Amino acid sequence: MAGHDTTEMEHDVHTEQENAWDGGTQPFRISYGKLMMWYFLLSDAFTFAGFLIAYGTLRFSSATWPVPDFVFSTAPFGVEHRPLIFVTIMSFLLIISSVTMVRAVQEGHRENKRGVVFWMLLTVLGGAGFLGCQAWEWTNLIGNEHMTVTRNPFGTHVESGVYLGPDGKPSEETFNVGGSYLMHKAELNTSLSDEEVVAGFSGHDDEGHGGHAVNAYDKDYGFMYVDEEGFIHRKFVVEEGEKPGSVQMELFGPVAFGALFFFITGFHGFHVLSGVAFLLIILINSASGIYAERKNGYEMVEKIGLYWHFVDLVWVFVFLVFYLL
Amino acid sequence: MSTHKTYEESIRSVYKGLALLAVVTLFEVFLSLFGKGYMGVDVHEYTWVLAIIAIGLIVLSLYKAYFIIYEFMHMGYEVKGLAMSVLLPVLLLVWALIAFFQEGNSWKERREDVKMRQEAKPTGPAQQQGMLLPEDVYLLQLS
Repeated sequence: MAGHDTTEMEHDVHTEQENAWDGGTQPFRISYGKLMMWYFLLSDAFTFAGFLIAYGTLRFSSATWPVPDFVFSTAPFGVEHRPLIFVTIMSFLLIISSVTMVRAVQEGHRENKRGVVFWMLLTVLGGAGFLGCQAWEWTNLIGNEHMTVTRNPFGTHVESGVYLGPDGKPSEETFNVGGSYLMHKAELNTSLSDEEVVAGFSGHDDEGHGGHAVNAYDKDYGFMYVDEEGFIHRKFVVEEGEKPGSVQMELFGPVAFGALFFFITGFHGFHVLSGVAFLLIILINSASGIYAERKNGYEMVEKIGLYWHFVDLVWVFVFLVFYLL
Repeated sequence: MSTHKTYEESIRSVYKGLALLAVVTLFEVFLSLFGKGYMGVDVHEYTWVLAIIAIGLIVLSLYKAYFIIYEFMHMGYEVKGLAMSVLLPVLLLVWALIAFFQEGNSWKERREDVKMRQEAKPTGPAQQQGMLLPEDVYLLQLS
């Protein structure tokens, strides 16, 4: 071979570590598939980081922002006013499914087919449970609390004051700066008289949960304004604020909150969904014995394991940004 | 691959990891609710307490991320070059955080100003003031 002697000499003076980059070996001592999974996850991390930084930027830019312990305080089976309980359960589902995934990878290294299938099955169950919880959370936010990507009924008071009662006079119900409120949607029942509407709102000083009927939308009832879509804007007298003594009404919260919540948790949920799909495919392949024949320590299980841990990793930050801070 | 650990040791370390993540997560939730005044102590007037809680939450989350990457994803047992080629690019986000949060903050401070300018009406053709302006240029009269 021409030039053989010079390359030979170069090889001799290099250390073994540098030889790794001359070709023919894997310098990172990792297979091509796993390496590319790492780089895919890196690019995906930038996508999520972009979303979460956008959340932070818009939150910094808004005068008020809904507080998570008020927004996320509901759980299935009628549990209410229990802040963060439900999302903590969701976090634990993902953490546990991450641990079962590690177990599946370990059993793969031992070429133990039954172990791999068993632990992957548990992982799939954890992922599916998480998706079920998220479906419930979204249904509650959209169906009961009427939050959408373009509308956010969770508002924050920027002054302290006292709400007007159904008689149009200040009631006992006061609030402070930074207090949160959720605007409820009124039902439309045109057969009611104005007196009946007001009577329906009397005797309620709690938050109430819908069920309040009005006889027309886009109508001012004195103590509240019902807008074109039926949202009840309660009125109040400002005690401490820009214009003390003036009567003002509740307004919608920053629109960006709903859009960011649904886009970011939706994007993460879609990752979980596709993760569950790939877990199932690899689970079936493992059970069929394809990977056992390859004798490479169930490398496909390792790859989907990397992806699955990444989904858990992203949730750590979604949890931090949306629910904890 | 955790070649330096026996099978039993690696199983034990997995469940230790589970316990660690669970405890850290529960502590995070406790911290967050404490800061919001759910633990019987109202701290919302002490901004330095809230700042410490926020920093604590971020540090604990970063620790969880470190643990997931280094133990569960086995980054701690890979070649250093691989770890650096994946982790160092993430440092680019430091600048993104500084730049965008600064942007958001100044946006908030200028909201009133921008609103006022948008609502201002032109009051008539611009008067010639030192500099010669074309006739179709209108000056905004603020306030």
